[in-house]
Order: sequence, then C-alpha cells, then structure tokens
Amino acid sequence: MDEIQSLMHGFGVALTLKNLALMFIGVLLGVIIGVLPGLGGANGVAILLPLTFSMAQTPEGQTSAIILLSCIYWGALFGGAITSILFNIPGEPWSVATTFDGYPLAQKGRPGTALTAAFTSSFVGALVAVILITFLAPMVANFALAFGPPEFFGVYLLTFCAFVGMSKEPPHKTIAAMMLGFALAAVGTDPVTGTLRLNFGLTPLLTGFDFLVAVIGLFGIGEILLTLEEGLEFRGARAKLNMSVVLETWKELPRYWMTSIRSSAVGCFMGIVPGGATPASFMAYGVARRFSKDGDKFGTGMVEGVVAPETAAHAAGTSALLPMITLGVPGSPTAAVMLGGLMIWGLQPGPLLFIEQKDFVWGLIASMYLGNIAGLIVVLTCVPLFAAILRVPFSVIAPIIIVICTIGSYTVHNALFDVWMVVVFGVFGYLFKKLQYPLAPLVLAIVLGDNAESSFRQAMLVSQGDMAIFFANKLVGTLTTLALVLLFWPLVSWLLAKARGRASV
Amino acid sequence: MSAESDQRPALKLRSAEIGVALVLFTLGAIVIFDSLRLGMRWGDEGPQPGYFPFYLGVFICSACAVTIALAALMPAEKNRPFVKVGQLKLVLSVLVPSTVFVALVGWLGIYVSAVLFVALFMRWLGKYPWWKVAVVSIGHSVVLFLIFEIWFLVPLPKGALERALGIG
Repeated sequence: MDEIQSLMHGFGVALTLKNLALMFIGVLLGVIIGVLPGLGGANGVAILLPLTFSMAQTPEGQTSAIILLSCIYWGALFGGAITSILFNIPGEPWSVATTFDGYPLAQKGRPGTALTAAFTSSFVGALVAVILITFLAPMVANFALAFGPPEFFGVYLLTFCAFVGMSKEPPHKTIAAMMLGFALAAVGTDPVTGTLRLNFGLTPLLTGFDFLVAVIGLFGIGEILLTLEEGLEFRGARAKLNMSVVLETWKELPRYWMTSIRSSAVGCFMGIVPGGATPASFMAYGVARRFSKDGDKFGTGMVEGVVAPETAAHAAGTSALLPMITLGVPGSPTAAVMLGGLMIWGLQPGPLLFIEQKDFVWGLIASMYLGNIAGLIVVLTCVPLFAAILRVPFSVIAPIIIVICTIGSYTVHNALFDVWMVVVFGVFGYLFKKLQYPLAPLVLAIVLGDNAESSFRQAMLVSQGDMAIFFANKLVGTLTTLALVLLFWPLVSWLLAKARGRASV
Repeated sequence: MSAESDQRPALKLRSAEIGVALVLFTLGAIVIFDSLRLGMRWGDEGPQPGYFPFYLGVFICSACAVTIALAALMPAEKNRPFVKVGQLKLVLSVLVPSTVFVALVGWLGIYVSAVLFVALFMRWLGKYPWWKVAVVSIGHSVVLFLIFEIWFLVPLPKGALERALGIG
C-alpha cells in the first residue's frame, strides 16, 4: 500500500510543533470567520492569503502555509453550523439546510445536542472525504499525467458545463456570470502572445483583475450589504456545551449511521463534481427526509435532520480539494482561492505536484486528518466564546469587517485601485445574489481563465484550428461529450418536462 | 419617515433584472469591441489575441439578451419588489460611508480612516456613548497596526499622522 506509506510520511511532515500550532490557529480563525456575517471560507482565506507570502518562501514554509489556509477552511465549515443552530442565521450558504432542524432543536432547549450532532457529523463527513482523497488522489493524478492541452481543456469544459447543468440558478444567468469571469481574467496580458488587451490604456489594468479582490468584494462586501437588509439586530439562544451533553449525543448518533453513509456519499460526489457544498447539503437533507421513518417530523427539530446536511456539506467541502490538487481544477470557490495561493507561492497545481512536491501534497493530506481533529476539539470547547462574538452588535462588527476587507484587498498588490474594485465587486455581489446570478462559476472562471484559454489555444495550434481534436481520442471525447450533455441538460430536462406535461393532458 | 413608506418598494424585480443585464451587456459589448481591434481570427501563428475574448463577449451579450427578454415578458404578479425603501436606506447607510472611507484611505492612510469609519458607525447607527466609541475605534486600529506592520511586516497606506509620529 503505497498510499499508506506516503500518508505516514505526510504525518511526519505535518506533525511538527509549528504546524500543529498553525492548525489550531487556523481552525480558531476559521470558526470566527465562519461565524461572522460577511466573512466566509472563500474571502476569509483570500484576506489571509497575503499574510502567507513571506511564510511560503521555503518548501517547508509552503506546507505550513497550506496547512494554515486549509485549517481556516475547516474552521469556516464548522463555524457555519454555530450561527445556524443558535441564531437561525446561516453563517455560510452550505449551513442553510442545518437551520431547518438545528434551530428548532435549540428552541426546544437542546442547543447542546444540536451543536454536538452538527460538529460530530461534520467531522465524520470530512473524514470520509479525506480517506477518499488519500486513496483516489494519487490514482487520479497518475491518470492525469498523460493529459495534454485538449484533455485539460476537456476537464475545464466539464467543470464549467457542470455549473450550467447542475446549479439551481437559471442557466442563462450562470453563463453570463461565468463568461464575465472569463472576460475579467482575459483583461491584461494575453497568456499566449503577450499582447496587451482589454485594458484601454489604463495602467492599473495591465495586470488584469485579481481574483482575490473579486472574492473579497463579491462575498465580503456583498454579503454585508445583504445581511444589512434584514436589519441591525441579532437575536439568539445562549449556549453552553458540557461534557455530559456531548457524551449523551454521541451515544445517540450511531443510530443514524445509514444517514451518515448516504450523506457522505452525496457530499463526496457533489464536491468532486463542481456542485459544491451548498447543493450537497440540501440534497442530503432531502434524501434523509425521504428515507427516514420519521420523515414527516423533519423540520421540527430532529437530530437526524442536522446530521444529514452537516455530513454532506463537510464531505463536499473537503472532497472539493481532490480535483484541486490532482488536476488543478478547484471544486469550490474556497478551493479556487487556495489554488490561487499555490500559484502565487510558485507551485504548479496539477498531476505533477504528486511527483515533484511529495512532501507538500502528503503533508497537506495528513493535515486534513489532523486539522479536522483539531477542529472538533476547538469547536466543542469554545462554543461560548463564538456565541459571544455573535452577540457583538452589527453596528460595531460591520465597519470592522469592511475595514478588514479593505486591508485584505490592498495587500494583494499594494494598490489603491484594488480597494476601489472591492467596493464595485461588493455592489455587484449584492445585486448578483439578489438576482440569482451564481458567484461560484464567476470566481472559478477568473482563477482558471488564463489556463483554460491557454489550453484551448494550444490544442487549436496542434490541430490547426480543427475542433475535432476535442473528440480525437476516447478520453477527451468522453470529457467533451459529458460536458456537452451537462451543458444542454437544463434544455433537455425542460423539453422532457414539457413532453411529459403534454402526454398527461 | 414613517414605517409605512419604508415598506414601499424602491425598485421592482423587472427593472432590477433589466438594469443589471444592460450593464453586463455593455461590458460584453466592450469586450467584443476590443477583440475586434485585436483580431479575433486565425493569424499567422494561430489564433489571434482577440479570438477567445470575442466569443466570451458574444456569450455574455446573448445570455443578457435572454435575461432581458424573460424580464420584459415577466407576468405582473411575479414582478415582486426587488428592494424596499427601508432596506435600501440601510444598504446605502453602509455603502456611502464605505465609499467615503475608501476615498479617505488614499489621503489619510488606512489607520486614521478606519478610526473615523468605525467611530461614525458606532455613534450614528449604534448610538454608543463616546467613550465606548473611542475605545473600540482606536483600539481596533492599534491592533491592526500591530498585526500588519509589526508581526507580519505588511505595510499599509499611511498618512500625515503616521509621518508625524515617525512610524510612516
């Protein structure tokens, strides 16, 4: 078992005192980020990314830096559950489904049970996904070593078509948002010939739009503006977690093992296919309700209704890193930000990473195990602290978050232009969210735009402009066909529904 | 302002849909325009720089055309309020000071602007006593200064005050 050996080696890399300390700091920061409105996994990691630039100048430093960032991500995944259960405010989109049963449970006087169930099932979901990554990632990477430009473009195409086919937003809006992302990525220097384009003589646009700035604006400022509409007040239950409640809940949880398995499966699948954690959590909740014998009681405060979405959200959030490290195609906005970080540190994400940067990859995978254990310990012990943060009034927390977003965007390039862009992106984020334009494909397009364009044009150069290259062999043909099926899926299902409607009339 | 007028819609969904789609359409048109200037055909060494962006622009414009058409044909009962007056006021009460804050950063530096910005919020929206306002706003800037300038050695924009104190 090569994987086990590599993993043990990875534990050796990850288990230094410094890295362990970074894990706890990362998780703690992550939970705070997840709890606060306007800060989430994606923009939290984006804001903290510049702080890792000096850290990542040595190879060991790069491992430490990715451990810090991924632990912030785990923390944010855990943190979203706290606000959902105690305040009925989902701190993160993927914890919306957790509010359905988590908040009623807290109202019934069992917030401790709900929180323990949420944290434990998050941990289980993440663990399943990490085990999957451990064994599947080397295989995928090995397979992907044979990829050329057409295959990579096939993967990109599949990723983006999956957004059109699988997101719940209208397909024309998904396309508009995604293409806008690609267009923003195209600004600046042409990646193949080096020609300047789309900058209209403006100096700040020479380097193009940075995805970090877009993420901070779209998710950070946009989210704050959205939260504000609901008013300035937070009302929530007080919560304490003592050991007896935790143990009691743990005794109850094994009863829901089937739900856990189903939700983990849904989560892992949705994370690898770029659907993301949010649809996974909803889907798992729906599946659990259908299969549970107490299905009709869902929504009134069932522990099972907390287990299902939390397991799936964490499984999806974690497995979103699989395509990121093996193919260089992130499965979620936060994974996209981490991918951007890797590129800035001078690492080329993709299959070669498994050969050239063994320490880095296996250190990261080992840190996923350790980071989630650290996460579970932190959230189970620090709930009162996080609940107290939530009681800080919005009129104090909102300006502080805006200042932090501003600083985060400035530190990317030390440019005031980026700070202005954050405000612009913030307004767009607010409007897009309200009008159901999806933000995830937009961000992914900004990150991957240059790579997608390069691989497309290189493939076109090889084939002298013949599109048939995307069907030239079995592999790329399958990728392209799958992508096209997904792309036209909304149209197909609409036609099917129409035909069925006519047949039944 | 009465509570009733705050419930009035400031903007209906249809106008919002069309407005945003028109902005995106314009952006798409700009992309197409510049791609045509760069050349979107097959050059001597393969595809020209405008080749890829041109189709992006075409996609953006057609997707927005669909959005506009759907919004225009939207049945009246689906044309729900997009944002109510009261909500818009709250949103603008953050957006306008934030814009002023960003403008001040270039002039006063980030630390002084942040003190003013947080203080304004706490006093105006939170109605806190002055001593609390002072403690939180100044304390928060000092903490930021310690984290960024001292621990992580990331320089942030500074203004006249920092220069006077000799730390700019």
